[in-house]
Amino acid sequence: MVEGLLQSQPGLLNFGIFFLLATVLLLVVLGFVTYAILAERKVMGFMQLRQGPNQVGGRWGLLQTVADVLKLLLKEDTIPKLADRPLFILAPVIAFAPAFMVLATIPLTDHLQFADIGVGLLYYIAISGLTTIGVVTGGWASNNKYALLGGMRAAAQMISYEIPLVMSVIGVILFAGSLNLNDIVAAQGEQGWFILWQPIAFLVFMIASVAELNRTPFDLPEAESELVAGFHVEYSGFRWAFFMLAEYVYLFAMASLTTVLFLGGWLPPFDFLGFIPGAVWFALKFSVVIFFLVWIRVTFPRLRADQLMEFGWKVLLPVALANIFLTALVKELLKLF
Amino acid sequence: MLRTEEMLLNVGPQHPSTHGVFRLVLKIDGEIIKEAKPVIGYLHRGTEKLAENLQYTQIIPYTDRLDYLAAMTNNYVLCHAVETMMDLKIPERAEYLRVIAMELGRVASHLVWWGTYLLDIGAVSPFLYAFREREMIINMLNELSGARLTFNYMRVGGVKWDAPEGWIEKVGEFIPYMREQLKGYHDLVTGNEIFMNRVKGVGRYTKEDALNYSLSGANLRCTGVKWDLRKDEPYSIYDRFDFDVPVQEGGDAWARYHVRLGELEESLKILEQAVEQFPKEGEILAKVPKIIKAPKGEAYVRIESPRGEIGCYIASDGKKEPYRLKFRRPSFYNLQILPKLLEGENIANLIAILGAIDIVLGEVDG
Repeated sequence: MVEGLLQSQPGLLNFGIFFLLATVLLLVVLGFVTYAILAERKVMGFMQLRQGPNQVGGRWGLLQTVADVLKLLLKEDTIPKLADRPLFILAPVIAFAPAFMVLATIPLTDHLQFADIGVGLLYYIAISGLTTIGVVTGGWASNNKYALLGGMRAAAQMISYEIPLVMSVIGVILFAGSLNLNDIVAAQGEQGWFILWQPIAFLVFMIASVAELNRTPFDLPEAESELVAGFHVEYSGFRWAFFMLAEYVYLFAMASLTTVLFLGGWLPPFDFLGFIPGAVWFALKFSVVIFFLVWIRVTFPRLRADQLMEFGWKVLLPVALANIFLTALVKELLKLF
Repeated sequence: MLRTEEMLLNVGPQHPSTHGVFRLVLKIDGEIIKEAKPVIGYLHRGTEKLAENLQYTQIIPYTDRLDYLAAMTNNYVLCHAVETMMDLKIPERAEYLRVIAMELGRVASHLVWWGTYLLDIGAVSPFLYAFREREMIINMLNELSGARLTFNYMRVGGVKWDAPEGWIEKVGEFIPYMREQLKGYHDLVTGNEIFMNRVKGVGRYTKEDALNYSLSGANLRCTGVKWDLRKDEPYSIYDRFDFDVPVQEGGDAWARYHVRLGELEESLKILEQAVEQFPKEGEILAKVPKIIKAPKGEAYVRIESPRGEIGCYIASDGKKEPYRLKFRRPSFYNLQILPKLLEGENIANLIAILGAIDIVLGEVDG
C-alpha cells in the first residue's frame, strides 16, 4: 500500500494519508515510550526491592508517566541568562527529530513498514548519529561547565562506539547479502537467526548499542554522580522531556533493530508456530531485548571515560574487524561444500 | 600545539557525590585535575564552643550530630572521657549494651558507605540492598533508644534505657542474616570487572603518607598498618572479645573497600559474642550524682569509630560544665590527604577517591 502511494502523483489525498500514518506511528511510539518508562521503573523496582510507581492510575501506576509528562509540560520554561539562546532552544529538537526519523525504516512486520529503503541499515546508522550533534550543542549552549564536560564526553563516546557498531553489523550484511532490513529478516528465515551465526557480532552490537543509548554502564555524558546531570543539567520542563523522549525512542529503535538484525524480526522461532501473527513475535522478542537492557542498567556500575575509550578502540573494534574476516571465511567455506 | 585553557570548576556544596555540603574548587585541564582546594565549614555549628556552656549530660545530644551515621560511638567517647575523669565503674550490663549499640552502629555506618560508594561509582541497586539491612539496624536501635539516628542513648555512668524484652534475641537473629547478605554483596559487586577497574590503583598512597597525614581507621589499615584502638588500647570491654583487625597492603580504594567489608564481618563476630555473654540482669547506670561535675584537671580519651580514631579532650575546672572541650574528628583528619590524591586524576576518579575516604560532613565541620 505504501509502495503504491510512493509511486503515485503527489496530491492532497496522498499527503493526508501520509500525514495520518505518521501521526499514528507517532502515537504508537509515544504510547510505547509511556509504558516503556513505566515498565523500566517497575522492573527496576522489582530488582531493587522497591514497589515502583503504584499510586497514579491503579495499583500498577498505569498513568504515572502521563502525570509526569503533564507536570513537565506545565513547568516554567527557564533559559539561563548567559546561555546561547537559539542553540539552547534548537538542541533538544536536533536530538529528538532523528530519533523519530529512524523509526520509518524499521519493519515491524512484513507489511507494517513505512519506508522500505534499499540501504535501510545504513540510513538508520547515519541518521542516529545526528543526535550527538544535539547533545553536544545542548552541552555547549547551556554555558555550564558540567554540561560542557557532558557534551564533550558524549561526542567522544559516540565516535568510539559508532564504529564498532557499524563494523559488527557488517557480518550480518555479509550473510544476508543486503542492507535492506526486510531482506535481512527474510535471509534469517532461510538461514536461521543471525544470533546463532553471528554470536560475536551480537555481543559487540549489544555492548555498542548500550553505549549508543547512553545507558549504564556507559552513561558517562549524564553521569549523575560525577557531572550532576551532564549535558542537560540546565534543561528543565519540556525541553528536558525532549531529551528524555529522544533517549527512550532510541531505546525503542535500538531494541527493534536488534530484533530485526539478530533475532529474526517478525519470524516465528519454529515454522509450526507460524499461526501466531508476526507482530506478536516481534513484540515478544523486542520485550526480551528491552528487559535485558533494563537488567544491565540495574546490575552494573559505570565505566570511567578513559576506560570507555580504551575498551571501544582496543577491544570492541578489533573484535568486530576479526568477526568480519571470520564471517567472510565461513561464507567462502560454506560455498565450497 | 593548540593553546588550552585551564577551567575552574566548583564541585559542591550541592553536588550529589560530595556526601553533604563539602565543596571542592578544581582547576581542570579538560577532565584532568591540576589543583584541588577543599572548602569546608558549611555545616559548622560550633559544637565545641557550645559545650562550654552546657552540663555534661546536655552535651551528649550534640555529639549525635557530629558523625550522624554512627552516633553511638560519639555518645560513648564523651561519656568515656567524663567517666575517666571521675574514675567511675560502669555496670556490666551497661557496658554490654554500649558495645552492642556501638557495633550495630558500625555495621550500619559501613553499610551506608558501601551503598553510597557504589552509587558514586554508578551502580544504583547496591544502595537499596544496603539500606534494607541498615533499616533493620536502625529499627533495632530505635527500639533501644527511641530515636533512629540521633540516639542520645548513653549517659555518664551507663546507658539511659535498658534493652526491651526480646531485643537481644533480635540482634542475635540479625547476625546470621547479615552474614548471608554479605555473601550476596560480594557476589554482586566485589568480583565485578567494571568495579575492579574503577577502584584498583585509584587513590593510592603509602604507609608513610598515611601516617604523616594522620589518617586513621580503614584509611590507615588499607596501607598495611595494623592499628585498631579496640585491639591496641582496649576500652570498655573490647578485650573480652575475639576478633581480627582486617588489613590490606594496597593502599588504594580497592584495599579500603576490602578493609571495610572485612570490618563488617568482624563487627558481626563481636556482636555474636556480646549477645552470647550478655548478663541476664543488673544495673544499667552506675551510682552517679544528680549533677555531674568532672574533677579539676584534664583528660584525653580515644576510641575507634567506623571512620577512624575519634578522640575527646576535656579540660575541667571542677564545675558542672567543661572549661574546654575538643573532639578529634576522624573525618576531618582523613580528608586532609584529598588535595594530594587528586592531583593529576580525572573527574571520575575524584568521585571514587573522595567516596573511598568515607567522610561525614557533620563530623568534618564539627
